[in-house]
Amino acid sequence: MRLVIRAAEATGAERLIDVTQAHVDSCLYHGEATLDFVRRLADGRARVSIPTTLNVGAIDLLHPELYRGNPRIAERARLLMDRYRALGARPTFTCAPYQLADVRPTLGEQVAWGESNAIAFCNSVLGARTNRYGDFIDIAAAITGRVPDAGLHRTAARRATLVLRLADDVPGALRAADVLFPVLGIVLGRHAGSSVAVIDGLAPGQSEDRLKALGAAAASSGSVAMFHVVGSTPEAPLLDDALQHRAPKRVDLIRLAELRDVRDELSTSSGEQLAAVSLGTPHASLAELERYAAMLGDRRVHPDVECLVSTGRDVMGEASERGIVGRLHEAGVELLVDTCSYIAPILRNSAGPVMTDSGKWAYYAPGNIGASVVFGSSSECIRSAVAGRVVRDDAVWGRS
Amino acid sequence: MNAEISGRALVLEEGLSLWGGMDPATGELIDAHHPQSGASLTGRIVVMPSGRGSSSSASVLAEAVRAKTAPAAILLAEPDLILTIGSAVAQELYGVTVPVIVLPVQELAAIADGATVVIGPEGLVRTA
Repeated sequence: MRLVIRAAEATGAERLIDVTQAHVDSCLYHGEATLDFVRRLADGRARVSIPTTLNVGAIDLLHPELYRGNPRIAERARLLMDRYRALGARPTFTCAPYQLADVRPTLGEQVAWGESNAIAFCNSVLGARTNRYGDFIDIAAAITGRVPDAGLHRTAARRATLVLRLADDVPGALRAADVLFPVLGIVLGRHAGSSVAVIDGLAPGQSEDRLKALGAAAASSGSVAMFHVVGSTPEAPLLDDALQHRAPKRVDLIRLAELRDVRDELSTSSGEQLAAVSLGTPHASLAELERYAAMLGDRRVHPDVECLVSTGRDVMGEASERGIVGRLHEAGVELLVDTCSYIAPILRNSAGPVMTDSGKWAYYAPGNIGASVVFGSSSECIRSAVAGRVVRDDAVWGRS
Repeated sequence: MNAEISGRALVLEEGLSLWGGMDPATGELIDAHHPQSGASLTGRIVVMPSGRGSSSSASVLAEAVRAKTAPAAILLAEPDLILTIGSAVAQELYGVTVPVIVLPVQELAAIADGATVVIGPEGLVRTA
């Protein structure tokens, strides 16, 4: 409770409000401090008081043999995950709790979520309300069921103050391509920082998977906890709704050249060489797993390439029942759950080059695991995995 | 906070997510996309416009305090709940204070990289 009060002071809130659920990121091991903290909670006989899900940890508890790092750290990481489970949290171990039907909060619901991509998705795509809760405060909210009445819990703070408008020179084919979304997300984070922006110029009804990729990248390059996409997110049926009927502070035009530059920046490796392909950051949805399997068809991953897809254990269970996991395994794809390939030593050859379709993975992997990265679309990734070398298709990016 | 804290300013041109941006084992800035990648944060008065990115930054700050690689203080232009909580937990667990202080933009901009910054017991910031 002391932490919740401290948070209220820091945010200038006048009162606390109830939240219906929490998503806790604190179960990812970052050193002994993370264990010291949860031990303190356990010593005080703390328990969560509201339904609580857990974010990824540092190891895959279902496939522990995939961990290639220091065994002592693996043991500490496992202990941390166990300690949070023992506080009464549900062992979901996913960064995409919004993919679980019985977890998804509804429009206007007040919740306390950690994990930057989940926060952005919760506010933007579900229209449920959370602030940017980080480690420690997330479990404090889960234990007390209370958070400060501040920031994105309040309607006024959800107003877009910045408009990002796609310029006329962005080709229609690119606007309709999956690969635009992680790139546009990096752009969004850079332009918006921590403010709420609205994106104008995309066809209505964009899929949850695209909005997931957009938000995850935006929360990597910026502190984006909420965004609107006109015609696709629930608080922005029209541009004017996202602006809450006021004038924006700024309108930024996003041209093709900027998108291309950001796409190029996400790759730190050029050439055709390829060691691994990593997909599923944030955790792949059932639809994405199905699409990867369909893209592979009856082809197999090249024997010199490690192809890894990260997903949640619950989604994997569902995919397994539908035969999708079997198809992916047959094609030579490995599935990773409970963690992600850029936060722990998992890849056989983490130096890379590793190809990914995720803006977030591309952003963090060089610093975290020392990987050199090739960023591409999902279909470029799959085709490259099969070919054993980087295969590019620049058609949607317009003439160069 | 009882005693004065002083250190040399490290003025970051862009906000930094400590998770993915700082190695708590060494104190090094490891974000490959950051213009000051490779700098050491240990013992510095880190000045930046805002925190950024990951919600794990609170843990990284607490771990850096435990490992004695943490910055001496963090000065920001806008409040950052994640860093504030990381600092509060480190204080609770290890009795070490890393003040996270919000300053008006002009005052923040007036702090030069490498300048000696002193933070008084009341959280008042001055450059020496």
